[in-house]
Amino acid sequence: MSDVKKIATRESYGRTLVELGKENDKIVVLDADLAESTKTGVFKKAFPERHFDCGIAEADMIGIAAGLAAAGMVPFASSFAMFAAGRAFEQIRNSVGYPHLNVKICATHAGVSVGEDGATHQCNEDLALMRTIPGMVVLNPADDTETALALRAAAEYVGPVYMRLGRLAVPVINDPATYKFEIGKAVTLREGTDATIAATGLMVARALEAADMLAAEGIHVRVLNFHTLKPMDVEAACKAANETGAIVTAEEHSVIGGLYSAVCESLLANGAGCRVLPVAVMDEFGQSGPAEELLKVYGLTAEHIAQRVHEAIGR
Amino acid sequence: METTKKVQLQRIANHVRQGVIEGVYHAKSGHPGGSLSIADTLTYLYYNEMKVDPANPKWEERDRLVLSKGHCCPALYSVLAEKGYFDKSELKSLRHVGAMLQGHPDMKHIPGVDMSSGSLGQGISAACGIALAGKLKKADWRVFTILGDGEIEEGQVWEAAMFAAHHKLDNLVAVVDNNNLQIDGRVSDVCSVYPIDEKFRAFGWEVFTADAHDFDSLDAAFTAATAVQGKPAVIIQKSVKGKGVSFMEDQAGWHGKAPSQEQYEQAMAELKAAEAAMEG
Repeated sequence: MSDVKKIATRESYGRTLVELGKENDKIVVLDADLAESTKTGVFKKAFPERHFDCGIAEADMIGIAAGLAAAGMVPFASSFAMFAAGRAFEQIRNSVGYPHLNVKICATHAGVSVGEDGATHQCNEDLALMRTIPGMVVLNPADDTETALALRAAAEYVGPVYMRLGRLAVPVINDPATYKFEIGKAVTLREGTDATIAATGLMVARALEAADMLAAEGIHVRVLNFHTLKPMDVEAACKAANETGAIVTAEEHSVIGGLYSAVCESLLANGAGCRVLPVAVMDEFGQSGPAEELLKVYGLTAEHIAQRVHEAIGR
Repeated sequence: METTKKVQLQRIANHVRQGVIEGVYHAKSGHPGGSLSIADTLTYLYYNEMKVDPANPKWEERDRLVLSKGHCCPALYSVLAEKGYFDKSELKSLRHVGAMLQGHPDMKHIPGVDMSSGSLGQGISAACGIALAGKLKKADWRVFTILGDGEIEEGQVWEAAMFAAHHKLDNLVAVVDNNNLQIDGRVSDVCSVYPIDEKFRAFGWEVFTADAHDFDSLDAAFTAATAVQGKPAVIIQKSVKGKGVSFMEDQAGWHGKAPSQEQYEQAMAELKAAEAAMEG
């Protein structure tokens, strides 16, 4: 896929924010001293009067977002996933989630692909944390196309949304001319009956690569893109279990509480049992290093997904 | 302030206190001490200062109140009921399963509650957000927020204090309810927040002081605080935790405890006697 265009989803975020800002003057953007990195700085250039830097004060930023929403504005609040979902978890739960306020928390630099900054800045727990908050929509778009559409959907949806974005440039796999995004609806990217790869975020492109490798060996897998972790597309997960008999999940997140958990929860509650193997960060902290190397170290590769599919189907 | 006005406010505050005792007694839990210390302030705000319409709780142009010390909602609920936002009988189901009145303010279900709160330190940030929205919308509404003196031990309060001053939120007035008691004892013994006035001044706020149980003093402080331009204002009000019920006054033990039936009857008798003395 070396000839495929690569764009970090945080870049898509900055660009799309400007488009949304032009259409809706209620949209305001908050940041916590990371506007250059989260790309809200792009919005700041276009709409300086609607961009507020809260300083290094994520807890306060979330509270301010809650107040803005309580007074009818549509705030997008950004920081790194570690400091938004992690540090400000309780503020998100109590000041945004409990009153179900119309706040969009768009957190960048999620997962080990943060790279050199290391474990303190590599949040592999955000999807788990955000999934536990009642009424929270949790999105994890896979590429530039999907991020733009997911942001538009988030802006139109009235209620709290958490969106996970990345630092690393990732392949553009969806065609903006034809791609449709709906909150809570998994997208079937490849049909197959031998097994299913259920992927989210930057692992979706890797899942497609794995599917190509497996196809060359005569194994035809379904590839599902779970861009929404909550509300979960339970039907798509159960159908995959019933029709393909094995699932490998792929996420750049802890194996606890993310897509692997969401898929397993979906299946078991509906009696749609099948073997489900995870490709995920296996309950450990990250470390410093170049992003691509780290993704290999933690097994977040197409090769590893393909290997897990072999394990899951026993051939 | 005119004497008739003052007596009227005192009578309402007395009713608010009775509502606090009713609510906490029937809930068999809750926070009477800090509720009683802000009863006069809430009465002043809802009856003399804030532009509100109980028939239209979500009125866009209204002034807003965020009770950052959310555990003292029995006083807020009592004043809202007194104002007619909902029936006073609701107070007796405070904290009951399925009831409207939750143990901490719930904006989704309680008419007149402008922001959910309860986790200390968060309300003032939300108040900053509402004030900022007012600036963005070029609206005239003002935002009031009430913090506990123990609450300002939370670091988030000072993050918000910096934000409010940086963005010149002069449509925001904070009140620090300085009864000098928190759950574990005297604020000055647990982890001192003093000097409160110098801290806020250093954070860029205009600082006023008031006697929380004197309507002339509250009137002077709010009149001055709401007139401040170009920066946020804070009123540090000296208050007595448990004010109005003799055995609750200045006792940390009454922070989060309901009265027994005997104590309830005594508290109500004291408040009713005080009311009768006013009318006489």
